[in-house]
Amino acid sequence: MEEQKFIINFSKQFDETDPELIEFNTKFRDLDEWSSLTALSVMAMSDEQYGVSLTAEDLGKSTTLADIYRIIKSKL
Amino acid sequence: MMKAKIKAISYYLPEKVLANPEINELFPEWSIDRISGKTGIYNRHISGDDEFSSDMAVKVAEKLFEEHQIDRKHIDFILLCTQSPDYFLPTTACIVQNRLGTPTSCGALDFNLGCSGFVYGLGLAKGLIYGNIATNILLITAEIYTKFIHPQDKSNRTIFGDAASATLITLNDGFAEIGDFDLGTDGRGAENLMIKKGGAKYPGISIQEEDVLDEFGNVTNPAKLYMNGAEIFSFTSAAVPELIKNVLSKNNLQPDAINLYIFHQANKYMLNHLRKKIQIEEEKFYYFLEDCGNTVSSTIPIALTEAKKEDKLMGNVLLAGFGVGYSWAGCILRIH
Repeated sequence: MEEQKFIINFSKQFDETDPELIEFNTKFRDLDEWSSLTALSVMAMSDEQYGVSLTAEDLGKSTTLADIYRIIKSKL
Repeated sequence: MMKAKIKAISYYLPEKVLANPEINELFPEWSIDRISGKTGIYNRHISGDDEFSSDMAVKVAEKLFEEHQIDRKHIDFILLCTQSPDYFLPTTACIVQNRLGTPTSCGALDFNLGCSGFVYGLGLAKGLIYGNIATNILLITAEIYTKFIHPQDKSNRTIFGDAASATLITLNDGFAEIGDFDLGTDGRGAENLMIKKGGAKYPGISIQEEDVLDEFGNVTNPAKLYMNGAEIFSFTSAAVPELIKNVLSKNNLQPDAINLYIFHQANKYMLNHLRKKIQIEEEKFYYFLEDCGNTVSSTIPIALTEAKKEDKLMGNVLLAGFGVGYSWAGCILRIH
């Protein structure tokens, strides 16, 4: 599992946000477009790309992309 | 040999519509059209201020009798699926029996289930037929969730609409034979889709309940509908593929023997995710939510009615409902 690829996969869940604003240490909740629907998109992406079921609790305790990345990696 | 069959289905949508332009005015910061692109929902029907579950149940049953020339004298059981009954007691189904003028010899009961309710209702009806208890069962679903959504809860206002459906299930006569079922329950999820106040445990609803703002800017309070979308998404991703597998095996069918899959129409985004995960081809997967949204227990009968109109009902149709409880249910319909 590659960090750069993960950031791209994460960015793809946004329609209006400039991908350059999304980095490994970005606090995703601070992005204007972050919504309950993007949260679901990230969960679906984790399931489809990595075969990992990210729970609501996993997302809840994450602040940055890096936090989510580490959780997915630990479940691989 | 005894068979339980669906003879007719009708549905009812309240007149008032909440369309995207109105949501846009209410929540200008919320790109509703972009969101609709994902949820697949553009219009929702809203029950009138003086319109309750019993009213919608009566309207949809009258519509069923008229559209399909059904004589109400033959109804010997009313099953009413609702989570928004008129009263604690009496049972809404009894009020509906009287207003419809079905015989007093008919049985009637309410059952409280949400998105799994229609499939459960088919199971209950089949049991009544096989148990030699009834032969003409009127299964009604009626829900007025929009009355329980906080005006500032933009996510839920975008998703849910009100509706009712009426289905006649009979002994041996009909277009769809009801096959075998798989059911499931996991009450650990109870708090993730809930109206906490108003029941016996937390009875008092004050005029000004304390509003709570979630991390996505939705407002709710303990007397209003609360849905943790992420938890519900996790639950369905795990439970529904297993449900489909079990329904197939209980009916001794391989996936390629299914002609059409009709799932509870939660929202298009979740349906697409499930479809891909279960590896169902898009042309075998039915969607109908653009103009009515998520109508809880009525989504499957509404979709069945529309699929029938489009001549898409044939062979084996797999139904699957899942949600509040958590509760889930699936079955096969064999179309004649």
